[in-house]
Amino acid sequence: MSIDKKIRTTSLYQMHLDAGAKMVPFAGYEMPVSYPLGIKKEHIHTREKAGLFDVSHMGQIRLVGKNAKRALESLVPVDIIDLPLMKLRYALFTNKDGGVMDDLMVTNLGDEDLFLVVNAACKEADFEHLQNSIGVECKVEFLEDVALLALQGPKAHEVLAEITPCTSEMTFMTAKQLVINGINCFITRSGYTGEDGFEISLPAKDAEDLAKLLLSNEEVEWVGLGARDSLRLEAGLSLYGHELDNDHSPVESSLNWALSKVRRTGGERQGGYLGDDIIMSHLNEGSESKVVGLQPEGRMPVRDGALIEDDLGNEVGKVTSGGFGPSLEKPIAIARVETHYLENQSKLFALVRGKKIAVEVVRLPFVKQNYYRG
Amino acid sequence: MSIKFSEDHEWVELKGDDLVVIGITDFAQEQLGDLVYVELPEVGDECSRGENISVIESVKAASDLVAPVSGTIIEVNSRLEDEPELATEDSMGEGWFIKVKLSNTSELDDLMDESAYNSFIEE
Repeated sequence: MSIDKKIRTTSLYQMHLDAGAKMVPFAGYEMPVSYPLGIKKEHIHTREKAGLFDVSHMGQIRLVGKNAKRALESLVPVDIIDLPLMKLRYALFTNKDGGVMDDLMVTNLGDEDLFLVVNAACKEADFEHLQNSIGVECKVEFLEDVALLALQGPKAHEVLAEITPCTSEMTFMTAKQLVINGINCFITRSGYTGEDGFEISLPAKDAEDLAKLLLSNEEVEWVGLGARDSLRLEAGLSLYGHELDNDHSPVESSLNWALSKVRRTGGERQGGYLGDDIIMSHLNEGSESKVVGLQPEGRMPVRDGALIEDDLGNEVGKVTSGGFGPSLEKPIAIARVETHYLENQSKLFALVRGKKIAVEVVRLPFVKQNYYRG
Repeated sequence: MSIKFSEDHEWVELKGDDLVVIGITDFAQEQLGDLVYVELPEVGDECSRGENISVIESVKAASDLVAPVSGTIIEVNSRLEDEPELATEDSMGEGWFIKVKLSNTSELDDLMDESAYNSFIEE
């Protein structure tokens, strides 16, 4: 794979410019942060109708080979062997210290053929990691010249069904290979906004045609990365580099739910991934810190990096993602806090520009997730 | 010309000899995007030119309001605390930020008039 250090664009770059997008550099790409509608309205539009996102900067990788499933299991604390055909699962690449290298989606395309979607900022490292660590049991193929569109929101299924009716029977976390208007599409019912919706992988050269087709439905608006972030924050979903990083285990990032039972202590295929000792000990004995939702008092946003103190002024944590939730009309935040202070139900404060803002620990998500489970 | 503009995208309207109303320009509010929170200074605070006197938060980020002139803050638009969108919807009117009694009226001469500001933002 050639790694070009200059700023890259997706195949929809001109379309974003034509739509009046504000472009910003993100993970080596020039990406739309917002369109003339603005972050707040784009966010609300996605919650009420359907938002179209260009997420072609994300990495798309295929693992092909007889033992692809078993091979991938050596790198993730997740059950891949029992992942049914054309189903997706959320997974994590761990490192030898039990930290998280990246989070990803895995689809079983055919038992000897897995499809991965990884974060844009990590894709080169992930590809290298796969090539170096997965062994000879499968071939690692980095897909070039592919685009990824996400159609998210309560109207997404109606919009897509008008073009291709058989998508309406798909349930959350399932996949289908379809031809839409002569375009080969790989569609999953998934996304990262907390809403029902789809992600569509397709050849880069066809992305503009499909995007135009979707946008021709009046329920659909372009939505940029700004709203994508506020949507995932309200939905309580972790973002790599914020809630997840190389220095914290999945347990310290409150992703216990993503760690499959069969890969835990006492499970049929326990351990066998990088950092397994540390991750299993965190699972069994608890971890020193956890990621929790915070509801700040008042209207002032508490943002990433804000320190968390208890009422005695002890530093007990740090905000990992924070901002304003447009659907809730109030500030919301996610923070990593020492478990001890959570168990004691200490009164907590976030420090913003020298002020102490009272914050309440709340359950995630902030906004109910609306996945279609059939 | 009673309205002048700063390089930090504020408008300064002269109301009488040494009293000004200050707000953000349309260009500024468009750049910032939807505002969700405004932290205003206290009435009675002294401000000096170039000092950060208020924080303007959009969905995405926090930005500073930089004092375009020096003086004493004699009134703040406390409606912005509950309705920050006023600064987006009516930036030159209902969305004003503060009123300042100038300590040095000659500072006004360093601000731009409308046509100079328009060429400034086109650059």
